[in-house]
Amino acid sequence: MSSPIVYGSGKIRVSPQDSPNLLRATGDQSGSMPPLQTAPLLNTQPSILPAALQSAAFMPPSIRTRDLTRLYRKSPKRGAPAVEFRAVDGVNLEVQSGELFGLLGPNGAGKTTLIKILCTLLFPTSGVAEVCGLDIVKDCERVREKINMVSGGEPSGYGLLTIREQLWVFSQLYGLTTKEALSRIDRMLDQYGLAQDAGTKINRLSTGMRQKMNLIRGFMTGPSVLFLDEPTLGLDAHIARQARGFIRDWMAEDRTRTILLTTHYLAEAQELCDRVAIIYQGRIRACDTPLNLIAAHRGDAVFEVTLSGLDGQAERLKQDADMKVSRLDSDVAAGRTTVRFTLPDDAALTGALSRMAALGGKIVNLSKHEVTLEDVFVKIAGQSIAEAEKSAE
Amino acid sequence: MSSLANNLRAASARAWIRVVAANRELSWVFFETLLPAMTTAGYVLVYRALGAPPEYESYVILGGVMTAFWLNVLWGMAAQFFWEKDMGNLDIYMMAPISRMSILLGMAVGGMMGTAMRSIVILILGIAVFRVHFEIGGLAAAFGIFLLSMTALYGLGMMLASLFLLFGRGAQRWVEVAQEPVYLLSGFYFPIANLGFTVAAIASAFPLALGMDAIRQTALGSKAGFLPVGVEAGALAALAVLFFLLARRMLRLMEDRAKRDGKLTLKWQ
Repeated sequence: MSSPIVYGSGKIRVSPQDSPNLLRATGDQSGSMPPLQTAPLLNTQPSILPAALQSAAFMPPSIRTRDLTRLYRKSPKRGAPAVEFRAVDGVNLEVQSGELFGLLGPNGAGKTTLIKILCTLLFPTSGVAEVCGLDIVKDCERVREKINMVSGGEPSGYGLLTIREQLWVFSQLYGLTTKEALSRIDRMLDQYGLAQDAGTKINRLSTGMRQKMNLIRGFMTGPSVLFLDEPTLGLDAHIARQARGFIRDWMAEDRTRTILLTTHYLAEAQELCDRVAIIYQGRIRACDTPLNLIAAHRGDAVFEVTLSGLDGQAERLKQDADMKVSRLDSDVAAGRTTVRFTLPDDAALTGALSRMAALGGKIVNLSKHEVTLEDVFVKIAGQSIAEAEKSAE
Repeated sequence: MSSLANNLRAASARAWIRVVAANRELSWVFFETLLPAMTTAGYVLVYRALGAPPEYESYVILGGVMTAFWLNVLWGMAAQFFWEKDMGNLDIYMMAPISRMSILLGMAVGGMMGTAMRSIVILILGIAVFRVHFEIGGLAAAFGIFLLSMTALYGLGMMLASLFLLFGRGAQRWVEVAQEPVYLLSGFYFPIANLGFTVAAIASAFPLALGMDAIRQTALGSKAGFLPVGVEAGALAALAVLFFLLARRMLRLMEDRAKRDGKLTLKWQ
């Protein structure tokens, strides 16, 4: 197992491959501290650590995984020998109580598999996972008392039931009395703007209303750890913003609550999460606060250039190893291509522009930008989330 | 938390869904009640046309009544895990801190409304139209046997449900294959003694075979019983215990296997 870095009293640990940026920030690469031992405070930038992390020094982690791996065997076609596929590959994570933790990665990166393991719906092939200090395999029944999960685009429920009835049914799986359940349901329906739709049948709900109802389903049982798998998937911008607000509000009500949220929306991770782990091809590639992740790449220079005259050569820019292209939009009708790319520093711009000129490109517009999580992802994964999803299909 | 009270709460909520849904979509009354009653009437008329002894008509009525419970076990409970998976609900049930048996119990009890309606209609048809006679003195014993049969039958259903956790649609095919042969082996429309001792003994592993045979002896005064009523009741009690223990074990085993194979919540399987 990789060596962890230890913060505070030693309860907050991030392994080197999980958080190269933190390693850089602290300068500690010794990896000599065994798991669960205490160590002096190593963090040199406490002000940008989330409150949850700073206050969690004496609490056990809400979620902890160690070398967690999940293999699937798939036959490419009938009768052909099975091929092994690592959906989750040696994941080491620690999420503290009170944290809103994001798993950011493209579709197929292993986010849902990881959540299913943590929700006791799937066994890991190897490694250990704990939720609230309980092993998800050996103590799965006790883990279930402490968790809930909501998936984005979730079509669950019974079409003939109303929203209120549906929520009551699912509350009964968690031991709530009817009186207590209905009181919570009515309060949440009111809080999340569904009160006047309480009597609407599920088969008449819009996607947005359905997802609000699903979030209430997750919130109402008062889990210690809530797993949200792409909670804003398929929602329009307005409803997605509302949903993010609900998530923030629910966390603010009780500082001991923990959320692990998966998303492939970079802005969502940046806006919501105390810390973010970038997961790609089953492995955690980086783990830190969004600010720290960006700060670690602040020396990079992000440019956006609009070119004319590339005449079908635009795709070749992506193959340029010195330019990390995060976005490439071609407007064929207007004969223009906009490229967003990251360079190690400003000095490398001259060379990049020369190479564009060599392809026939003429600069129409050039601008420099702040580094975003999207640029960080491209730097780490070698391609944008959209491209990673396209290549996974 | 997984206490008896919580599990009963979960079971009653799951049963409630069935009852409410049935009340909101009443077309089932026609499809689930009147059509089976017509099928049962058809069998009675065939026996009558062939000049079979009158007790055979009562066998058919009893078979018609019990068929409803067999179908409820198969499609209203065992296969329901597959449909819950298809609807996206199985994750929610599997993640909840409750026994899987409480969910299955809820499905079974909820399905009883439709099943009981179907059984009662067929029973009324038998008594009012075909003049089936019951031994009033044997009705209490028959009811006891009926309860034992149901306990064993629903235990068997829970065992079958475990297959759906792992095999999904594949298990549905097995159940479809099992449905019709069970009509033959369990003697829904004739006494199983007619199958000969060996086949009847094998068929007795299916609780309805022994249950119906014992009910015929107690409620209809049948002299063509396979085994004495006391022996059949004892065997039913043993089957009930056995099936419930096996169901509990199989639900755990199949769930673990499905979690290992990644099939527990895999849709379109």
